[in-house]
Amino acid sequence: MSYATSLRCRKCGGEYPLKAVNLCDFCFSPLDVAYDYKAMSRRVSRQALSSGPPSMWRYRDLLPVEDPVVDIGTGFTPLTRCDNLGRELGLEQLYIKNDCLNPTYSFKDRAVAVAITKARELGFRTVACASTGNLAASVAAHAARAGLRAYVFIPADIEAGKVVGTAVYGPTVVAVEGSYDRVNALCNRLAEAYGWGFINISLRPYYAEGSKTLGYEIAEQLDWRSPDCVVAPSASGLLFTRIWKGLNELSMLGLIEPVNTHMHLVQAAGSSPIVNAYRAGTLHVHPVEPHTIAKSIAVGNPADGHYALKVVRESGGSASAVSDDEVIAGMKLLARTEGIFTETAGGVVIAGLQNMVRSGVIRRDELTVACITAAGLKTQEVVWDVVQPIVIQPTLESFKERVPAAGTAAEVR
Amino acid sequence: MPKRRVMFTFPPERIEEPVIYLLGRQFGVVTNIRRADVTENRGWVVLELEGADEDIDRGIAWVAAKGIRVDSASGDVVEG
Repeated sequence: MSYATSLRCRKCGGEYPLKAVNLCDFCFSPLDVAYDYKAMSRRVSRQALSSGPPSMWRYRDLLPVEDPVVDIGTGFTPLTRCDNLGRELGLEQLYIKNDCLNPTYSFKDRAVAVAITKARELGFRTVACASTGNLAASVAAHAARAGLRAYVFIPADIEAGKVVGTAVYGPTVVAVEGSYDRVNALCNRLAEAYGWGFINISLRPYYAEGSKTLGYEIAEQLDWRSPDCVVAPSASGLLFTRIWKGLNELSMLGLIEPVNTHMHLVQAAGSSPIVNAYRAGTLHVHPVEPHTIAKSIAVGNPADGHYALKVVRESGGSASAVSDDEVIAGMKLLARTEGIFTETAGGVVIAGLQNMVRSGVIRRDELTVACITAAGLKTQEVVWDVVQPIVIQPTLESFKERVPAAGTAAEVR
Repeated sequence: MPKRRVMFTFPPERIEEPVIYLLGRQFGVVTNIRRADVTENRGWVVLELEGADEDIDRGIAWVAAKGIRVDSASGDVVEG
């Protein structure tokens, strides 16, 4: 059962019933799900959680939904110890949380699984989202599973090939002409005008809670401890705040020791409003116009930017940005050392981590978890230059001549 | 009447102008400020606009033409 009690305004504390609403009527600040943690703590234990299914739904008692949940197998992705990459970077204990391995290949499945479950619970028959990729695919897949109609709004300039992984699930895909700003404005109005469950607008408080499971899993997979450092990418800032919330909830419930994790946020330099605010020493995030290859995290006006900044400061972490060239180098480095092919947002994380180790922001002996949030097949075009096959004739001689580094047949055995 | 929740971000050269007052007066839009922070260098205001859709659209276009950034109060909704 759910221990959620209400929605509560993050700024003024105003309380609202558990409906599809995302902003406080009074101060227009975001609403969060509030829980009865006392009752929750009587129910959850390490053993109870560990004996749950191998998916994010093992944490169902900590989420704001009732049975039956919409489950396409999301979560409990591998936390892989990465000694090869650790050696390259100069870290003794490095782990990758590999969310490429979710059903639609990104961490968005966590958030969407909760939002769609809640949408169905609240009686919605149609859900919608505005997305350039990962969110769209996840919403379409979960809606298909839940038997809900789905509308997916995409900017018209996205290449057709990019929406195959969304369209295949059968949603209505609407390509909106005009700038991203215009698409944003339209979707806000659609959310008000139509009685749909807009996943990342009206259902945002629930959507947000799904992301907490990334934090839960990290702690459980480290044998119930919080790491010294977490490095995560940031677009709207939501995931970053929820990893922190997840860790702190486990601590509050007595399942892990007090959290001493430093939360390190990374953005692409061409879309880094949160990093700009961090450097300027302010907690207000001024919107920017995004220009980066890391499109999955190119959010110019991050809804949770202010709160992500607070987490950075509260945890003694940092916020930094990396160039597009560094992003590509980061993607290649992770693939070459650990066999994990990430999309651009993961390149942002690896490049940012590399800079943090070099500059001493993260110490060599700190147990560090880098969050890889989506798979590389989604942004193959940025690393096309790796495809340089050696062309040979179909003879052994030709192979030996063109590939001398292969050595002799005896050596291979 | 339709309502829209928006955030205006002012560049330094527009901070002293009574933009919100003029928006209400020239376009017949009711403005209702909920949160704000204005310094001598920069300012932002979160407010609700109420009026006919066309009037709100024209008013927002007028504000944006002054170099003031207009965003949704809920942040960007187009996500990756």
